Amino acid sequence: MTDTDEVEIPEVEEVSGTGIPIRGNDIDTDQIIPARFMKVVTFDGLGEFSFFDLRFDEDDNEKDHPMNEERFQDANIMVVNNNFGCGSSREHAPQALMRWGIDAFIGESFAEIFAGNCLALGMPTITADQETVEAIQDYIDKYPDTEIDIDIAEETVTYGDTTVEVTVNEGQRKALVDGIWDTTALMKANQQAIDETADELAYL
Amino acid sequence: MSEGTLYDKVWENHKVTTLPNGQDQLFVGLHLIHEVTSPQAFGMLQERDLEVARPDLTLATVDHIVPTADQSRPYSDDAAERMMSELEENVRDADINFLSPDTGDQGIVHVIGPEQGLTQPGKTIVCGDSHTSTHGAFGALAFGIGTSQIRDVLATQTIAMDKQKVRKIEVTGELQEGVEAKDIILETIRRLGTEGGVGYVYEYAGETIENLGMEGRMSICNMSIEGGARAGYVNPDETTYEWLEETDYFQDNPEKFEELKPYWESIRSDDDAEYDDVVQIDADELEPTVTWGTTPGQGVGITDPIPEPESLPEEKQETAKRAQEHMRVEPGDTMEGYDIDVAFLGSCTNARLPDLRRGAEIVKGREVPDDVRAFVVPGSQRVQKAAEEEGLKEVFEEAGFDWRNAGCSMCLGMNEDQLEGDEACASSSNRNFIGRQGSKDGRTVLMNPQMVAAAAVTGEVTDVREMEEVISV
Ligand code: SF4
Repeated sequence: MTDTDEVEIPEVEEVSGTGIPIRGNDIDTDQIIPARFMKVVTFDGLGEFSFFDLRFDEDDNEKDHPMNEERFQDANIMVVNNNFGCGSSREHAPQALMRWGIDAFIGESFAEIFAGNCLALGMPTITADQETVEAIQDYIDKYPDTEIDIDIAEETVTYGDTTVEVTVNEGQRKALVDGIWDTTALMKANQQAIDETADELAYL
Repeated sequence: MSEGTLYDKVWENHKVTTLPNGQDQLFVGLHLIHEVTSPQAFGMLQERDLEVARPDLTLATVDHIVPTADQSRPYSDDAAERMMSELEENVRDADINFLSPDTGDQGIVHVIGPEQGLTQPGKTIVCGDSHTSTHGAFGALAFGIGTSQIRDVLATQTIAMDKQKVRKIEVTGELQEGVEAKDIILETIRRLGTEGGVGYVYEYAGETIENLGMEGRMSICNMSIEGGARAGYVNPDETTYEWLEETDYFQDNPEKFEELKPYWESIRSDDDAEYDDVVQIDADELEPTVTWGTTPGQGVGITDPIPEPESLPEEKQETAKRAQEHMRVEPGDTMEGYDIDVAFLGSCTNARLPDLRRGAEIVKGREVPDDVRAFVVPGSQRVQKAAEEEGLKEVFEEAGFDWRNAGCSMCLGMNEDQLEGDEACASSSNRNFIGRQGSKDGRTVLMNPQMVAAAAVTGEVTDVREMEEVISV
């Protein structure tokens, strides 16, 4: 663990919990959090607006969507398909999902900026091939209470009696496992060097 | 890798260390904040029980959501009022200097930094806003950042970054009548593409740039991001120093001016500096440029034909086709005579005093047709006041323009000022993306301020060189 005076950056070696399948390719950040919810002052309330237009119709009636289903209300691992999180760079998207309760993603692939934004929040975006991902989605659908264990360092996912190999991008794995994914804490630890740099600046 | 450029020098003297994740940690000399991107970052600080590390190096204003007509509180838009109150609370709690509308110093964040004398050569400047590149006009290293990075800066006054390459854009020759700094940058983006600058910082150099005033340099650096470059800069020179000397900051601290000048000189790019790439632009050949499409790279000289999509590089053809459909333009035609419904003279690209002066020169004694909505939104309260003292307000109002209060306004349509339906807008701003000005069917044509003024009074895109008041800068 990286210790600093005030903040600890947790090492994210494993994530355990239950899953929720969100099926479909190219799910963009506009779907994850529609732009009109961005006229806000905190990310706090954003959770409930996750996937809003897919979850509710024009009169705010619930539509068919896994996030509306009782059995997935406690899920913390979102299992998605190809190119998840594409579109604008808004950090509101991973923030909304995190605030809904998500801690990690398993998917076929993720948009680069989305994955970067997730990492800044300590949320892994791990990948596996289509077959593997669909098998996990189907399993969760059948047994929503099944515990899922993601081992970041070992790059495996275990659900029921099955353990499958997955991929965690190397930079992401190192950042998560070594607890260096949070640049605020990482940088705050260098207070002395910060002060020294500032002292040398002509304009300060 | 570049060597001996302003970028290399300023990077080096602000570098705190190299982080275990491979990025460099840089000290931030000035952190600008506004109401849209900062509140979440303040929230993150609170969650972690962290304080703002250097409120003395942080400056706040309100620009995106502020109404430009009736500014009485509470604002009629609840969401805008909430964002404003939140900002007020955050800056009060953290003891951050806030240039609110009551101070007479409020304005678009990229207009007020330079105005206050806080944008200085050799500083690192960041803001949660992509047009932070504007401040590079003073030889600062300035770039836009995301929300988590704002948190980083609030908490540590530093930022984690990867070093980029440096491309020199060398502009030579003389600008013709009616052609301005805006046309130089529109041409640069047209040539290099909206993604051409990804991974680069742009250094604008050459005699044409040196002959520009600070406002023109700001218009150019402002749109670096539209070319994909997160930062752009001009080496500081006497023009820069003259501006700085006039600002409140250096009027109040004249000794600072003398003290800092050697530093400013020292961070200029060396004569034998090495660049990763060099691009030449001939200013003699430029015409007033207008966009025909829905990205800032889709520009064309006013007398040149709109390109056939097939004549463009393959990866650009599809977007060009869609853009031409959206804009309802035909390849082979020029943009001259394109009907407009709205004329917007404003934004952090072109709403400074000389921009308004040139616009006023064109509209003087003319009239905006009944079916055109035209308005001027000064970049800051100071610009507004100076313009009013010079009588520009009357000139515009007599011609039938609305004269508004300072803010971002229709640059992005986050307040009441928005396009409606499929209205076409002659705009001095920087982005013509679909939906940018508030209507998903709206059509934006980017151009320089004289051209906006000309379009406003003729009701169509007009070659300003055909009007006798056409101005050389
Ligand atoms: S004027 Fe436009 S581009 Fe400039 S800061 Fe405001 S919204 Fe952004």
